[in-house]
Amino acid sequence: MRLVVDLNKCQGYAQCAFLAPDVFAMHGDEALIYNPHAPEEQRERLARAVAACPVQAITADGLDDRGDKRDTGNAGATGDVQEASDGR
Amino acid sequence: MVADYVDWLRREGRIVIVGASLAGLRAAETLRAEGFAGELTLIGDEPYEPYDRPPLSKSVLLGKASPHRTELPHRREIDAKWRLGVPATGLDLSAKRVRLADGDEVEYDRLLIATGVRARPWPKEEEARLDGVCLLRTRDDAADLYQRLKAGPRRVFVIGAGFAGSEVASACRETGIPVTVAERAGAPLVGALGGVIGAVAADLQTENGVDLRTGVTVTSLEGDSVGRVRAVHLSDESVVEADVVVVSLGSVRNTDWLAGSGLGAGPRGIACDAGCRAFDFRGIVTDDVFVAGDVARSPHALFGYQFLSLEHWGNAVAQAETAAHNMICHGADRRPHLWMPAFWSSMFGVNIKSVGVPSMGDQLMITQGSLAERRFVGVYGHQGRVIAAVTFDNTRWLEFYARQIERGAPFPVEYPTVDRRPEGRQPVAADFPDPSLPTHGPTVTLSGYSPADQQLVFHPARH
Repeated sequence: MRLVVDLNKCQGYAQCAFLAPDVFAMHGDEALIYNPHAPEEQRERLARAVAACPVQAITADGLDDRGDKRDTGNAGATGDVQEASDGR
Repeated sequence: MVADYVDWLRREGRIVIVGASLAGLRAAETLRAEGFAGELTLIGDEPYEPYDRPPLSKSVLLGKASPHRTELPHRREIDAKWRLGVPATGLDLSAKRVRLADGDEVEYDRLLIATGVRARPWPKEEEARLDGVCLLRTRDDAADLYQRLKAGPRRVFVIGAGFAGSEVASACRETGIPVTVAERAGAPLVGALGGVIGAVAADLQTENGVDLRTGVTVTSLEGDSVGRVRAVHLSDESVVEADVVVVSLGSVRNTDWLAGSGLGAGPRGIACDAGCRAFDFRGIVTDDVFVAGDVARSPHALFGYQFLSLEHWGNAVAQAETAAHNMICHGADRRPHLWMPAFWSSMFGVNIKSVGVPSMGDQLMITQGSLAERRFVGVYGHQGRVIAAVTFDNTRWLEFYARQIERGAPFPVEYPTVDRRPEGRQPVAADFPDPSLPTHGPTVTLSGYSPADQQLVFHPARH
């Protein structure tokens, strides 16, 4: 899965680094280092990191078709219709 | 009539985007998101779909990401025709055609130019061809440099201590590779952040084991008998042996292909109005050619209507969205591109972020934290108002200062701030180098009228 972090938005809350430590890591106190290509087995963790980011700085594709429905029961019913067809 | 044209364009027009990187991709997505149903073509000189560049000098060099896997996630399906690996070589404004390197021509009804910049090469071509002399801009560059770092070079030599060069030096030190950095100015990052902050960056480098040489230029690169680089000669007559040389001298705007097209394009980029419409060489705005990203320069109300070229990731996204919106809507619905300049970098474990245009600042105040601790907010002032801010490991305050810049808040900063130290009570000179001197360049180019602009001198005729 591809992802990108808008590091202008990122404020170093490090939620992603706790939730998906194989994808995101803090580099010093505040800087974030991440792998823009997360392996498939990281899908669930990545979805949690995307959802947990307090400033919503993470964009990932290929998550919506499965991750959202499983993780957030109420959002899955409304939010994923359009985005699911865009999953890559 | 005009309204009909836009409706027709939205339904079945042809839009061509030259430049298939961040700005081109985000523009394409915005066009589709806003209802463009016509034919969309993306032309890119690299044979790859749009990928992200910032990781190339950070996680890729640290071995935490593959240079070949930084493709950008798509926000939505864009249903585009991709012409990748084929550079555009010319533009015919009257026939509305883009010429491609393979001889093909692509017709458009509206065109978006997002060709960005390329790394400025080492000027001596023969030396630049030596094995081991590298640039860092594309994913191929990053893959090559990563391989060379992994092979355990005896020493890496970085020419130019801007952000990219400093990030390379940081990655070298973190992976235990000896590295020398040469910078023409008195410290790293001075073009972007001035000498006061540059001194902090210099300390960061030396404390992390970088052999930093400032106030020097590289005079030549020496190769061995089989064409590999082996040493770097400096203007102070010292010689440094190195088997990898990273040329990090800033960038060149990709406007060469527009030579003779009649568009207002040159080494400083393509001039456009605040609505992203390109100017022709007469300074008249075009109707069907738009510009976005690093290659554009556009006037900004917050910064004295100077034409700003911003080589910033966030600018590429915001300007692409605005350009795409304006391409397919009626005049009254168009938006100006008035994005607050912002960028980030990280080196030696320190997060450096900025808003506004620091290089416009004459004075600097450390309003929070301290330089010695490498955790601070620096506020730049110009003509009595706040014009920019920079943070080292203090990003959460940055948004506050962005609002100050938008409001034209007074400078010096008189109100109390959290963690103000005695050193931050008075402004000091920000200490930017003379803009008329050549340098590897800040990532912001000011090219409009400004009292500080010393690049043009008026000589009255003598009779």
